[in-house]
Amino acid sequence: MKRTEIIENIKVRSGKDLIELKDKSVRRVYVTINKEILPKIVRYLFNDVKARFSIATGVDTRSGVEILYHFSVDEIGLIVSLRVVLEKPNLEIDSLTAIMKCAEWIEREIHELLGVNFKGHPNMKHLLLKDDWPKGNYPLRRDK
Amino acid sequence: MAHKIIPIGPYHPLQEEPEFFRLHVDGETVVDIDIEIGYNLRLIEKIAESKSYDQVTFLIERICGICSTSHPFAYTNAIDDLLGVTVPERALYIRTIIGELERIHSHLLWLGLAGHFLGYNTVWMWAWRYREPVLDICERITGNRNHYAMFKPGGVRRDMHEEDFPWIKKTLKDLIPKFDMFKGAVMDDPVIHARTKGIGVLTKQDVHDYSVVGPTARASGVDIDVRKDDPYGAYDRVEWKVITHNGGGVFAKAVVRILELYESTNIILQCLDKMPKGEIDLNIKDMPIGEGIGRHEAPRGEVFHYIMSDGGNSPARHKVRAPSFMNIASNKKAVIGHTISDATIILAAVDPCYCCTERTAVVDYKTGKKIMDGQDLVRLSQEKTEKMRRGR
Repeated sequence: MKRTEIIENIKVRSGKDLIELKDKSVRRVYVTINKEILPKIVRYLFNDVKARFSIATGVDTRSGVEILYHFSVDEIGLIVSLRVVLEKPNLEIDSLTAIMKCAEWIEREIHELLGVNFKGHPNMKHLLLKDDWPKGNYPLRRDK
Repeated sequence: MAHKIIPIGPYHPLQEEPEFFRLHVDGETVVDIDIEIGYNLRLIEKIAESKSYDQVTFLIERICGICSTSHPFAYTNAIDDLLGVTVPERALYIRTIIGELERIHSHLLWLGLAGHFLGYNTVWMWAWRYREPVLDICERITGNRNHYAMFKPGGVRRDMHEEDFPWIKKTLKDLIPKFDMFKGAVMDDPVIHARTKGIGVLTKQDVHDYSVVGPTARASGVDIDVRKDDPYGAYDRVEWKVITHNGGGVFAKAVVRILELYESTNIILQCLDKMPKGEIDLNIKDMPIGEGIGRHEAPRGEVFHYIMSDGGNSPARHKVRAPSFMNIASNKKAVIGHTISDATIILAAVDPCYCCTERTAVVDYKTGKKIMDGQDLVRLSQEKTEKMRRGR
């Protein structure tokens, strides 16, 4: 599938939920969308485009947490990063595990390091931190 | 049904990424597996936020003891992407040479261990013996057998010397007959075929579902390779091909890795011939606000680094994803339905770094009493091969 086609399809499918589309370079595209539309766009990329889920990055922006879902379209070497912004204190988003199994570990990681709750995740226990890690203590948070 | 549970892990002296497998077995057959990671969590992503961009290369080199240059490679690619710069041509070639030397010694290491697990201890000794000349080359170029400290944002730290090239070429060319030997040992041995073919198979759909990378994906006929798909370094300046195999099992993964030894040697030889003279460093002074993504095809697959800069001296956020993070999760699919004696080699086939087997213990779930330990499991695997060998 062509690069322009993928970008155009994301635009059409997100409609007014598209906040920003940053066409950074030939192989890097960043798309900021509302969290409600995320599962739909992920289904498009993972199931229709057959993009590979590279990983997700959680970033504490002090006022909230941003999650970037990086998808790699290997045939054309393109990385599409879907950015979703969650405002504190309501750090909650739908889990993507029903669409792609490979999101299970990284959602657990973001949960324990940044305190984001992934609704509908089948196994929201610690991935990297030990089980008796103090509750409410998130190592990658930046709030005072 | 009263399953027995076999805990494998978490620590092994050879391993740089401890992980813990809990095999649920019914008789001889594995019916489920729990995977736990995090035994060696250092939170390097957090430490990176307190280091300067230049220091981060040294830090992330310590993530992995075998493929230590994969992370700096992906990281410097991310910096290049953030800045939108291309580093000097000569530096690209030097980076590529280091990356490929690492692939050769890492694949040889895997080959040796895989041989050991299957009861081919001669393969183990050979593979590690012929890994030494590769480490010698690394030492000649960088001063170190591992943790080369060659990469820096904007280029490389040390130049290569033309007077070393003939020796490097000769050492590499001398290795090719040894690779032929390994190829023969794996491809022509009916016992290895019987022992590893159709074991731990991942289909193309599984590769997509688990988004696995590297030889684990290529052994299932999926031709993904960051070096081709998203070219960086000098990979688009030399001739080479992506190795795939359609088997999907342990055998296919071994074949892919062995054939990649030839491609990597080929890439290095071409780089040595084509390397231009000139600068090796852009001397980057300031980092603008922005974000960048860098990838590198490590021996085990795609390494992914994301950098966010706020214009300061250190990364505001540095996300690191190693290939094993995706590959290990696929064991859930690969190992179920196979026997305990095959589990050792299947869990090792994704090249997860061998945390597991030595400290393995088979424990009766109800009493908690130890039945077998790691050495027993390796012995079990080796005995199966021996039985097949005698049965011929």
